[in-house]
Amino acid sequence: MQLSTKHLLGIKDLQRSDIESILTTAKQFKEVLQRPIKKVPSLRDTTIVNLFYESSTRTRISFELAEKRLSADTINFSSSGSSIAKGETLLDTVNNILSMKVDMVVMRHSASGAPHFLAQHIPAAIINAGDGINEHPTQALLDGFSIREKSGTLEGKKVVLIGDIMHSRVALSNIYLLKKMGAEVMVAGPPTLIPKYITEALDVHVEYNLKKALQWCDVANVLRIQLERQNQVLFSSLREYNLAYGVSKKLLDSLNKEIIIMHPGPINRGVEIDSDVADSNQSIILQQVENGVAIRMAVLYLLSEKSQ
Amino acid sequence: MQTILDKNQLHLTIQRLAHQLVENHPDIENVALIGIQTGGIYLADKIVEVLKAINKEKKIQYGKLDITFYRDDIRKELHVPNHTEIPFSIDNKKVVLIDDVLFTGRTIRAALDALQDFGRPQKVELCVLIDRKSSRQLPIQPDYCGKAIDSIITETVKVKWDREEVVLF
Repeated sequence: MQLSTKHLLGIKDLQRSDIESILTTAKQFKEVLQRPIKKVPSLRDTTIVNLFYESSTRTRISFELAEKRLSADTINFSSSGSSIAKGETLLDTVNNILSMKVDMVVMRHSASGAPHFLAQHIPAAIINAGDGINEHPTQALLDGFSIREKSGTLEGKKVVLIGDIMHSRVALSNIYLLKKMGAEVMVAGPPTLIPKYITEALDVHVEYNLKKALQWCDVANVLRIQLERQNQVLFSSLREYNLAYGVSKKLLDSLNKEIIIMHPGPINRGVEIDSDVADSNQSIILQQVENGVAIRMAVLYLLSEKSQ
Repeated sequence: MQTILDKNQLHLTIQRLAHQLVENHPDIENVALIGIQTGGIYLADKIVEVLKAINKEKKIQYGKLDITFYRDDIRKELHVPNHTEIPFSIDNKKVVLIDDVLFTGRTIRAALDALQDFGRPQKVELCVLIDRKSSRQLPIQPDYCGKAIDSIITETVKVKWDREEVVLF
């Protein structure tokens, strides 16, 4: 039942058995969330700090809710309005918070590897809520959970990740998780947004034609075009991106099968996905958000023992 | 290894427990039977089977409860959570908790806590197959008891549902 790791830094470090444990535990927590009183006392002796050095809506609310549903005490911290502006280092900030007897740290940071650095220097359990362009492990776990819930298994499923693979931490975590769980993975998007040696490095298929990619897959996970990370021009315009890689109703109707549509949010409607697709019955976008709370409860619960 | 109940005795004891439940609750439709994961489920399944045979036309409400998230020893060891399924409201119902072995009473303490999250029952009773009396660490006693035994804390009582017997070792 125990996880092989003290922290959740990325899916890369997890064993398949760890992923199984988290998904199984999350299923039981999902049942807790259907009860009249959606709360269990498991972590009432645990204090958790949510350190968000980068903006977030879903992940932050989801973690906070998961912590509250487990009866943990929580502190929220965001970089604006804090001593970061006065020049305090990451390690000093965290050590100061930990000296107030905090057991677990949930952190989002714009620098890839920030939680790994922290894990080497502090005793508390660290949960990566997204680091730069590296990993977003809880998102991949909830995506895996949602696929399994919808179609029974991950083994042998064909999943395509569409869009900005280069800058997406969701894509990297998803690739690690899906491969470990026995699924087949394809990445699709414009060549400028797909890392050059990804096939060799991560053993995934690459496809530049969206229709062919959709025809191949059982599940399409549509990634957000990260407007805030596009410093150089990697495609000519959003309009052109939508024409070539936007998932539209017309395109889905032209396939001879029904595929599952996912999106980690926030959606750019009319860019990577059209509204009528996002709001259709094929889409499980809102179920993903719902499952996120159960997944985060499972991760916090399974890591809590080692944090003491 | 010492046999506490053999196959025949186990069968009779379950019959008796089910009949005692009917005797005390003429309004069996208003009773919610809740088996505690995992050992209690086997016993609860058997009791429900007998109750259905006795009350053919009446509906028996039966749920399953897992207490893992309510344990008081979560810091010592993590346990594998099991499925909870209570597909009805327990508000104003008479709830009978069913477990195989009553030992320290800590499982039942956790189950009582868990029940609160599902509503406010009119009354809660406890039905166990084996009562390891004098091993209690909390003020909890059964209302229906298959067999009370004396045992010391280092001994183990095991209900072997596959071989249908109860042993002490």
